[in-house]
Amino acid sequence: MRITQGAFSFLPDLTDAQIRAQLEYCLGNGWAISVEFTDDPHPRNTFWEMWGMPMFDLKDAAGIMSEVEACRKAYPNHYIKLNAFDSTSGWEALRLSFIINRPKHEPGFVLERQETQGRSIRYTTRSYATRDPEGERYA
Amino acid sequence: MDTMLAPQDLTLDIDAVYRESNVQQALDALDRELIGLAPVKRRVREIAALLLVEKLRRSIGLHAEAPPLHMSFTGNPGTGKTTVAMRMASILHGLGYVRKGQLVAVTRDDLVGQYIGHTAPKTKEVLKRAMGGVLFIDEAYYLYRPDNERDYGQEAIEILLQIMENQRDDLVVIFAGYKDRMDRFFSSNPGLASRVAHHIDFPDYSPDELLAIANLMLQRMQYSLSEDAAVALRKYIALRLTQPRFSNARSIRNALDRARLRQANRLFERRGEPLTRAALSTIEPEDIRASRVFGVAEGNP
Repeated sequence: MRITQGAFSFLPDLTDAQIRAQLEYCLGNGWAISVEFTDDPHPRNTFWEMWGMPMFDLKDAAGIMSEVEACRKAYPNHYIKLNAFDSTSGWEALRLSFIINRPKHEPGFVLERQETQGRSIRYTTRSYATRDPEGERYA
Repeated sequence: MDTMLAPQDLTLDIDAVYRESNVQQALDALDRELIGLAPVKRRVREIAALLLVEKLRRSIGLHAEAPPLHMSFTGNPGTGKTTVAMRMASILHGLGYVRKGQLVAVTRDDLVGQYIGHTAPKTKEVLKRAMGGVLFIDEAYYLYRPDNERDYGQEAIEILLQIMENQRDDLVVIFAGYKDRMDRFFSSNPGLASRVAHHIDFPDYSPDELLAIANLMLQRMQYSLSEDAAVALRKYIALRLTQPRFSNARSIRNALDRARLRQANRLFERRGEPLTRAALSTIEPEDIRASRVFGVAEGNP
């Protein structure tokens, strides 16, 4: 099951040229870009690993693309996303976030129903991928 | 590849491309605002011409490979290396050689880290900022310290080399520094020297050029020299040239700044008298003649 988080996730995967064009748009607005990756695709997982610091004061997307390449090389089977931060209001606001790399096979989620007091039910979603420990998923 | 090659006798309008590229303004500004520096201007023009021709060749489907444009600017202090680098960035941008045209000026401190593993990320961050523009490394020879083989400068040089070779579409690197030390730097880093295509030497200014520079600076600051002050300044330049630590245009700028200081003080001493616009913007000979340089020359420091 293809996960759909962030912008453009209902579109086919972006090509490098398209990613670069998005980055140029972000840089044109003066936003800082960061690269993050994870192998835990749960939609509530907001803490992805950082691939280096967010990149400030960049003028051209070439520098980010080289980081993207390096991250893809190190984690070809992880989810990788780009975040754009806008600091013009005095704090860092996330303006754009989109996935640029995903595992070849995404096993999807199971919906667990926990029967609790009375007849009420609690729901939990769990990715099949997280049955394996961190770092060994999507092998 | 474009299969529709233009016929051999198709005439192309190099002038139109030239006008389109806005590079004319940049070159004119270079001529107008920078005094002297004939060899530098000639080389900048050559590079501009080369890039224009490459652009034309590409437009008709001929093979055109972006030439490597990493440069080295050598010359004494105050000969305009940084200023020309700034212009170079806008010229290269006008010709479409670099995409954004910003100038990132750095020194050793910005590239080299303090401890093991600190240098590479630091250098890479600077390189990322410079991508799409020009990286200007001032006093580049400090990167290489032959007396200390554990110096992290070498690491920065290696990363620079790698990027200069592999991503030459993404940025242009300009090394700058004093001539003799740059020569030594390049001779001990042959890999670097061979990747720098253009070695441009900035000559010292002649006294006449220095005077013209002084006038240009004053004009920009909206001051003017009285006739006698111009004579005094000419004398000042001749004397200053013979003294140590002369750094060309920078010394002139400092001298003018001190003259402004004295002029302000002179006007302040005479407060109570009516002050005219002319008095506020005119440098008088005594503002210049009060300089230490004249004192040393007359033997009473």
